[in-house]
Amino acid sequence: MTDLPAPAPAVTVPVGGRPARRRVPARRWRIAGYAALALAAGGLLLPFYWMVVASLKTNNDVFTIPIQWLPDPVVWHNYLDIWQRSDVTTWLRNTLLLSVVVTFLQVFTGSFAAYGFARIRFPGRNLLFLAYLGTFAVPWQSYMIPQFILMSKLQLSNTLWSIVALQAFGAFGVFLMKQYYETIPEELSESARVDGLTEFGIYRRIMLPLSRPALASLTLLTFVTTWNDYLGPLIYLRSPELRTIQLGLRTFIDEYNAEYALIMTGSVLSVLPVAVIFLLGQRYFVEGIATTGLKG
Amino acid sequence: MWRNTLAGWSFILPNFAGFALLTLVPVVVLFYLAFTNWNVFGVAEWTGTANFRRMWGDASFWTALRNTVYYTVFHIPLTMAASLGLALLLNRKLRGVRFFRTVAFLPYITSIVAIAVVWNQLFSPEYGPVNAFLGAVGIGHPPGWTTSADWSMPAVIIVGTWRYMGYYMLLFLAGLQTIPTQLYEAAQLDGATPWQRFVNVTIPGLRHTTFFVTVMLTIESFKVFDLILVMTDGGPGQSTLVLSQYIYQKGFEENQFGYASAVSIVLFAICFGITVIQFMVNKRRNS
Repeated sequence: MTDLPAPAPAVTVPVGGRPARRRVPARRWRIAGYAALALAAGGLLLPFYWMVVASLKTNNDVFTIPIQWLPDPVVWHNYLDIWQRSDVTTWLRNTLLLSVVVTFLQVFTGSFAAYGFARIRFPGRNLLFLAYLGTFAVPWQSYMIPQFILMSKLQLSNTLWSIVALQAFGAFGVFLMKQYYETIPEELSESARVDGLTEFGIYRRIMLPLSRPALASLTLLTFVTTWNDYLGPLIYLRSPELRTIQLGLRTFIDEYNAEYALIMTGSVLSVLPVAVIFLLGQRYFVEGIATTGLKG
Repeated sequence: MWRNTLAGWSFILPNFAGFALLTLVPVVVLFYLAFTNWNVFGVAEWTGTANFRRMWGDASFWTALRNTVYYTVFHIPLTMAASLGLALLLNRKLRGVRFFRTVAFLPYITSIVAIAVVWNQLFSPEYGPVNAFLGAVGIGHPPGWTTSADWSMPAVIIVGTWRYMGYYMLLFLAGLQTIPTQLYEAAQLDGATPWQRFVNVTIPGLRHTTFFVTVMLTIESFKVFDLILVMTDGGPGQSTLVLSQYIYQKGFEENQFGYASAVSIVLFAICFGITVIQFMVNKRRNS
């Protein structure tokens, strides 16, 4: 396990969207390429298209033969109804709160620890890091039970704190930031040390500002993961007023199982914030994934 | 030296404290719990290997294990082929590749609940677009998907592949960028066909990436859970019951924490074992 493969097969990420190889393919291949691209894009996007279109239909129109590919009539009303018929406000508030707190802690403690691992040599460091790496091969599902018991003993279960504790100290942040710090030249911190800056000063004044792209990656990835988490809240958050958007949506589906259109409306609402964040920070997602390759 | 130790620890401690308490300790405790009979309220009672002997004769456990393997065996090659295919396609000079990369990644960041509910609608046997399409291309009796014990697992595998291929595509794409262009040019001068170039240049060049992707995919497949929980809840019957879900059922629904821990150990051992084997194989190949 020692050499979890410098998994960044590339920190040279294809970020800018420019393929490195600029061979111009023959005409025939290019046409085939576009056809394949269009087909794949269709397959990937169809579920999203269905979600949005169904959310604007009446319940009866969601399933019809032949399939109605455009809503007629367009039922904007679904987007008002859902606020009245569910606690979506509470769900969104809980989820937002959790995502922000978890993200802050993960980024803060993760980058801090990563500096220790990347730049300070001390006995036991490699062993410690190995413990972090080792947990990547261990599915959370295999230790969720002892963890749950522990949290119950700490009286954290059925509080929002349980999710914070669960998500905030993951190995992921440490790993991602360490990978990035190691790309920053050692000489930089050496000369700062000579100038009398403390380790904390180096972290604060040099590493943090230089690692802005990695911080952005980590922030976005953590936020989205926490927002979408289903299993954690399912196990820990039992009271209705603690429900996150995923849990809320799920109970809503059970309750209104024939209201296909409204269920799709709820789904759109649960996806929308993340989709917006993703589109804005697309570059950083790609960088973060390619840097670590982790987080399944 | 002493100063370094102090400095090192002070950086690591805030994260490590949480990590140790909430990850390392539970992993260790797991090995104790598996040998006990325990529900949260009582006292843990040491029962030796009783849980494991019970597991041996537990048909549901074997079903869950078999289903997990079923999912894994199909999910890995499918996702691998789809993501590599996408990566090769996107590594070419075509218009719109950038847009496409965004599109391919979208399923990965979308919540499981939304994905499951949409796909369940798409898979609807009578009215869903999937079967409408199959009907249109002349398949007279399209499958019942999530309502059929035979087709529920394939349905889940399709959705799993759809969800994750964008993610692995990204890793492959990063790997492709590291293969020197000159190798392709040389191969072309030697008169290699595109297929020969793929086999002799691309595949060897991607070896590290492929290895890494395999490891990640294996772990990901073995722990599959939320997708199934929301899409089929393990059904119909036990046709999509997987190990993680069985752990959840025994632990959180039936309060049999000891037994659930024993099943957890199996999951743990499989994932850990496979990872170690993969690393060893990879090391031997490298040397």
